[in-house]
Formats: sequence, structure tokens, C-alpha cells
Amino acid sequence: MSPSVPLQEMIRAIRSARTQCEERGVIQRECAAIRAQFRQSDNGGRSHNLAKLLYVHMLGYPAHFGQMECVRMIASPRYSEKRVGYLGAMMLLDEKQDASLLITNSIKNDLSHSNQYVQSLALCTLACMGSAEMCRDLAPEIDRLLQSSNSYIKKKAALCAVHIVRKVQDLGELFVPAARSLLSEKNHGVLHGAVVLITQLCERNPETLKRFRKTVPDLVQIMKGLIISGYSPEHDVSGISDPFLQVRILRLLRILGRNSESASDAMNDLLAQVATNTDSTKTVGNAVLYETVLTVLDIKSESGLRVLAVNILGRFLLNSDRNIRYIAMTSLQKIVGTDHNAVQRHRGTIVDCLKDQDASVKRRALELSLALVSASNIRSMIKELLLFLSSCPPELKAQATSGIFIAAERYAPSKRWHIDTILHVLTTAGGDVRDETVPNLIHLITNASELHCYTVHKLYRALLTDISQQSLVQVACWCIGEYGDLLLKGECQETEPVQVSEDDVLDALETVLQSHMSSSATRGFALTATMKLSTRITDNVDRIRSIVSIYGSCIDVELQQRAVEYNALFKKYDHMRAAVLERMPLIEKNNSGNTNGEATRETLTETNSSKVAQEERVPPPPQQPAKQTYDLLDLLGGASEPLQQSPAAQTLPIITSSSAGGDLLDLLGGLEPTPAPVTPAPSATVYEKDGVTLTLSCEQQSDSSLAVTLTATNASQSDISGFTLQAAVPKSVQLNMNAPSRDSLPAQGAAQLTQLVMLNNPNKVNLKMRIRISYTRQGSAFQDMVQVDSLPGLGAAGHT
Amino acid sequence: KHMRFLLLFSRQGKLRLQKWFTPITEREKKKIIRDMTTLVLARQPRSCNFLQWKDLKIIYKRYASLYFCLAVENQENELLALEVIHRYVELLDKYFGNVCELDIIFNFEKAYFILDEFLMGGEIQETSKQMVNRCIEASDMLQEVRYPPTPRPVLPVAQL
Repeated sequence: MSPSVPLQEMIRAIRSARTQCEERGVIQRECAAIRAQFRQSDNGGRSHNLAKLLYVHMLGYPAHFGQMECVRMIASPRYSEKRVGYLGAMMLLDEKQDASLLITNSIKNDLSHSNQYVQSLALCTLACMGSAEMCRDLAPEIDRLLQSSNSYIKKKAALCAVHIVRKVQDLGELFVPAARSLLSEKNHGVLHGAVVLITQLCERNPETLKRFRKTVPDLVQIMKGLIISGYSPEHDVSGISDPFLQVRILRLLRILGRNSESASDAMNDLLAQVATNTDSTKTVGNAVLYETVLTVLDIKSESGLRVLAVNILGRFLLNSDRNIRYIAMTSLQKIVGTDHNAVQRHRGTIVDCLKDQDASVKRRALELSLALVSASNIRSMIKELLLFLSSCPPELKAQATSGIFIAAERYAPSKRWHIDTILHVLTTAGGDVRDETVPNLIHLITNASELHCYTVHKLYRALLTDISQQSLVQVACWCIGEYGDLLLKGECQETEPVQVSEDDVLDALETVLQSHMSSSATRGFALTATMKLSTRITDNVDRIRSIVSIYGSCIDVELQQRAVEYNALFKKYDHMRAAVLERMPLIEKNNSGNTNGEATRETLTETNSSKVAQEERVPPPPQQPAKQTYDLLDLLGGASEPLQQSPAAQTLPIITSSSAGGDLLDLLGGLEPTPAPVTPAPSATVYEKDGVTLTLSCEQQSDSSLAVTLTATNASQSDISGFTLQAAVPKSVQLNMNAPSRDSLPAQGAAQLTQLVMLNNPNKVNLKMRIRISYTRQGSAFQDMVQVDSLPGLGAAGHT
Repeated sequence: KHMRFLLLFSRQGKLRLQKWFTPITEREKKKIIRDMTTLVLARQPRSCNFLQWKDLKIIYKRYASLYFCLAVENQENELLALEVIHRYVELLDKYFGNVCELDIIFNFEKAYFILDEFLMGGEIQETSKQMVNRCIEASDMLQEVRYPPTPRPVLPVAQL
């Protein structure tokens, strides 16, 4: 066909424009000429003009003034004009525009044109942009054409029907009979159209689906014909006979076989045959195999067939064609839940795909690998995943780290392995882990008390190597602060011993403090750790003192506050320092996802303050007159060394001029606010038996809250171990027991045990308490219970 | 529709053909074209030919200086989509004889006509290569025989 010269000339002119501006100029001129031509009467060049406009439109310029021309051209008797007119309509009009209504009549007429190519234009346009009204209007005509003897028209009518059904669902019923009969066609084009139509009808209407289930044997026959038939030049693609049709039939079979045992049975053999006989050396064969696999996995196939399908996917994973590896991965991912064991068999290949060059394949391999982790393969899988993490593309890092953490938490074979794994992740990809990782890891480390020595050694070494990964540095600082004494001792069974001096440790922490890579939170960790070491080292306390005082004038307010407080701890409250900085007890897991710095800080002050509060509540019996500075109301006030001095009497503290420290009501550098006035905390002995004495004292904290201190002593001749107290209170009262100061009671009152219980009594009910005492003495367990009907100091009714 | 759109663009992102199988506003079309060209042109040379975009799968393949970009619904068979693209290229090749980008630029309307014999309403219309070729030839003949090309009108110089 000869090219359109005017069109080509224009295209050439536009392309020779050297700048955007020049191009616009050419286009404007051309459009003006085109518009002028449109206005003129028929000059034989109309189709060229419209074609030019369509080209201009494709370049992105406005072309709506051509819409009416399209309408006119479609109505023309000349085929060349109709052709371009319909093309223009498909490009410039859509159903939302009014002009599209105007072509409905033309389409209607052309559908029954004597020339099949004209009919074809109308059918094509209808299928492309037919509005719902048009569809309703023309559906009967389409149905008629579905039954014509012309295959060319039939196949197009079928796809038109598909469009109609999509637009107006109810019209589906109309096409069912015709669709059914089209299945016996020999023409592949028609057959293909029929299968697509039936698929559409079944997808939209479950009733129709049931009816079409009966066609499964026919579809199976057709497929068989395609597979076994000899070479057909019309339809052959690299040895496969009409792969497009095969795939469509397989898809229809899938829809029909889903949820139906009988239909699935009927297609079972065929699917096995396709799966085994299809040549998989070329993409086209693999396309058919892929569709077969999808069908097998979706219908109620027997297990042998399923295994066959999964094995095909496994083979795909080894294919040199990246596309095939990719789709194998996506398919396996979809079935890893339902056919887990079958997929597990290909775990090795999947893990290998982590090393694939393609980013999409890598991503899929990661997701699939994480899904395949189980208790039996956790060690090897995590090993592979950690290897992957070190060369992982940045967009996958976050997913990889959180996946590894979840898997590790679920299946960790040992605590040490768990800690090692997390540390490895932090070293490799510390910047991509979530905030909760730091408190979670700290929690894990604290609870693995047998590994404290190992952990702190490992973290110290990590710190020396690299201080850029904030999460790792934070955890390392925390550990060194907590377990620095173990580090300095130098002996550790699990790792090789290394000589670490106090200066070495302080150097490491100072490096973190001073590094520009350290975030504010990290420096907070480092400063606190340094402070904590003041009670764990012996020689270099002065160095710590000077570090702390330097940071007292730090610009960062957070650090400054800490430094000032720690400074105060050194100066005014030195006697409390050891208690405040003592080893932490087991932390309760805080699941609210706090960010690093704050959570740890709170825990530090809370736990320590409650610990110290216990100490301070040491009630009588007094040994010596106290010279304590006692700031009872301040939670951090109180006795210096645990269990040694006890305060003077039952009367409480607050203050007396006899104490050396004088500034009782002085706030401890802003640590805790001063609560309200003191009320004396009387105590009473509530239990006395076999040498075991339990006394109880209370102090009103606020309107509804009360602090109860339980003290136990053992005046007998034999030691008591495993001493625990349990308390129960009336229902509306909230109770919170802190950890006891110790769990053993040596004989002859050599030491006493205290435990603080916080009560909240919002309804102001009568406060009673039942206490259960259990302990072991001389190898035998002992248990007793005592009920306290009125708490001392609260008046007879139990409330003030 | 199973196929949503087909775009052909050059390595510089210039659009050579756009076929939309669902009704979309001009504005959306422009945005999609921008997105597609950006996404596809950014792909590494040895990546796989599939990518996920919103709720659609995009299958793309480069033939010489042209990118063919086909968007299909999520449940479609990507490998078959590659075959669809390949089939279209074969049809163009047969028609133009060693087709190149320039052929498609200067004869874009033919490219559309061929496409409209191969695909329709977002589905494959004819699975036989020969059949499509025959129909195109016949339509072309129809255009020629009955309606011979009219000679170019000679315009006065002033109007050029």
C-alpha cells in the first residue's frame, strides 16, 4: 500500500525541527492547514489530513478539533476514509464525550455492511470504546453475527461480546447459547474468541459457570488435539501448536475445575499430559507449562499432579532465563502456605537465587526464604540470610533485617545463637533495623545472665572495630556500662580472654561520646555507661568524674541534663551512688515500641529508684541512731548501703537536724519532684513464727496511693533460703510488688529482707492484705499465710 | 480487560504508538506514559522483563531502538505476554520487511491497523500469523483498488 505522502512530508518537517520551540511552530502551522482543510468540502485528501492530526496528537498536542471530522469520516462511503475515521475515533474519542454518541448509528450500519472489512472496523471500534448504551443497543446484532457463517466476522463478534458483557453484565445470558456452539468450530481464531467469551461469562456468573462445567470434556478434547496434532504451519510457534489458544483453554479449565472435584478429575490426565510432554526449551513452551502449573495448583488436583507442578516450578528456578526464574519464584510464594513441604524440597535452589543478579528475583527469593525458615533449618537458613545481608541491595535491607529477627526469635536454638545473630545483623546492617531492636536486644541480653560475660566481650570488640552503626553502639555502651566489671576481669569461657584495662574501656566510651557519627541518643547511652562504670571500676573514678563534669556544659540539652545529674550524684549524693548504679534486675518487656533512648532512660531511673526506695524503707529495729540524711519523700532518698544502717526509729524521717546532710528537702538535681508532706510511717509486726518475723509499714503517697514496706528477719539458728512473699488485696485495689532486696534470710538476724508494695486504692475501700510466706529451711519447704486486717497508720477504717 | 494498554517508545522516551484497551482520560494517559517511560528506561540491561506497577503487571521488551510495553492484569501469564509482544513484532516485520523504528514513525497508522487485526478489546483476536497478514493485505487492497490515491493538489506558493 502506498504511503500517505502528505503525511510523511509533515512528519519529516516536524522531525527536522531542531528545538521544541521550532517543533511547536511547525505543528501550529500544520494544524492551521488541517483545520482549513476540514472546513473545505470533500477534496479527496481527507484521510491524509486526519492521519496528520492523529500523528500530531500522538506527539502530545491537542487535537479535539478533529473529533467531528472523525464522525464525518466514519460516515463516508469510502473505505480509506472510514478506516482512518474509525482509527481517529478510537484515539480521540472516548465514551465520555458526546461525539461518541454520534458514531453509534454509523457503527450500527456498518455492522451489517456487505463488506466484511467494513464490518470489521465497526466491530473493532465497538469492542474498543463501546459505551454501555451502545452495547445494549447493539447486543442483539452481535449475537446475530456470532452465528454467521463467516469465521472472520465470528471471531470479532466473539470479542465484541466479551466487551459487552464486561460493560453490561446482564447481557451475558444472551450470548450463552452462541458461545456454547462456537466450541465446535475448527477455526482457531473463532475458537480462541469463544474460549475467551466463555471465560468471561463464567467469571461473571456462577450459575453460568456451573452450566459450562459440562464443556470440560470438549475442552479436554480440543487440547488433546492441539498437543498431539502434527506440525501445523498456520499455528506453530517453535514446535508448540497455537500456544495462545492452549493457554486460554488451560485458564478456562482452571476456572471450571476450581471447587469442583468432578471437573478436576475430568481434566487430570490432560494436565499431566501437557505437563510432561510440553517442550520446555523455549519460552513459548514454558508459557504453556506455567499456565498448566497455575491450573493444577488452583483446582482440586490429586497430590501426584501437584507434586509434578511444584517440580516444574523447581526446574524453572534452575532455568538460565531470568524471566522464568522470576515467575517460578512468584508462583512458589503463592503456594508456600498451602504446599509448604513441596516447596521446602526446593529450598536450596531458592536460597541460591538470593545471589541472582536481578533485583526482582532477589526480592522474591528473600520473601520466599523467610517463609521457608523452620525450626529444623534455622541455623543454615539464617547463615545464608546473613550472607545475603552483607551484599544486599539497600531497598531490601529493612525487609531482610526484620525477617531475620522474626525468624530468629521464633526458632532460636539457643540464647547465645540468638544474641550472636542479632549482633551480626547489627554489625552488617545496623542502620536498617527498626527502633525496637535496641530495647529488645537489651532485654534479651539481660535475661541471658549466663552469657553476660560473653556478650560484653563481644560487644566491646565490636565497638572497637566500628562505631558507625548506632543501634550496635547503643547496645554495646549499655552492656559495657552494666557488665563492665566482667569485661575488666578478663576471663571468659566462651571467647578468648583479652586484657582490657579500665582506661581502655573509658577510651572506647569517650570515643563514642566525641565521635561526630554518634547520634544524640547514642551519646546519652555512652555517658550513662561511663557513669555506671564508676561503681564497677576502682582506679579511674576521677577520670569518670571529669568526663561527667565536662558534659555538664554540653550544648545538647539531653546530655547536659544527664551530666549535671550525674555530677550531683558524685558530689552531694555520693553515698547513694552505688545503689543507684547497681546492676539492673530483669526488665519487663515493654511492648509499646519506645525509641531507644527514652525507654532505657526510664527503666534506669524507675528500676533504680524503686530499688533504692526499698532500701530506704528499712524500718526498725534500729541498730544505731541514724545520722542519715533521709529524704523519704524523695524516692531516691534514703539509706546508703543496703541493709546496713537503719534509720532511727519508727518515726520517720524527715528530717532532723541531727543529720549531717541537712538538705533533706533539697531535690536531687531535678531527678524526682518533692512530694507532699510527710506523714509518719508506723510499722507493725504482722507475723512471728519459728524465728521468722515479718513487719509491715505504710506510708501514704497521695490521696489514693500507698507504699507498704514488708521487712522480714530470721532470728532462728538456721539459714533460710528461697524466701518469697506474695500479697493479695481487695478487688478494687491495685497492687504492684517490687522485687525484694534479697531472697535469703541468714540466721540470727544477720540480714533482713525488705520488699516494697505499692497500692492504689481509688475507691477508698477498707484496706486489708493477705500475705503468703514461703521459704526453705534445712532442706524442707515451708509455707504460711497471714491476714492483715488493718494496715498500720491508716486508722481503723483503713483509710485516712 | 486482560490487556490494559500497549505503548511503544524510543530510548529517548518518545512515544511511537499508544493503544488503550480501557477508557481513560487524556490526563491519565499522559501520566501513565510518563510513568512507563521512566520505569522502563531505568531498568538495568539484564533485568527480567516484568515489573509490578500499581495493580498491573508490566511486561516490556526492547527490539532495536524501540521499547514495547504491555500492561496486563495481575492474574495474566507473563510469559505469554512476552509472546504476544513478539508476535506483534513479527507481524510488523513481515509487513514492512525488516521493520525499524522509522517505519513505525512514518507509517504509524499502518502499525495501528495491523495491531487491530491481531488484538481487539484487550484480547488476542487471531492466533495465526498468516491470517493476520492476509487480512491486512486484503484491507490495503480495498483501500487502493476502489479508491485510488488522489494526486496531491497543487497549492499556490503563497499558501505554503
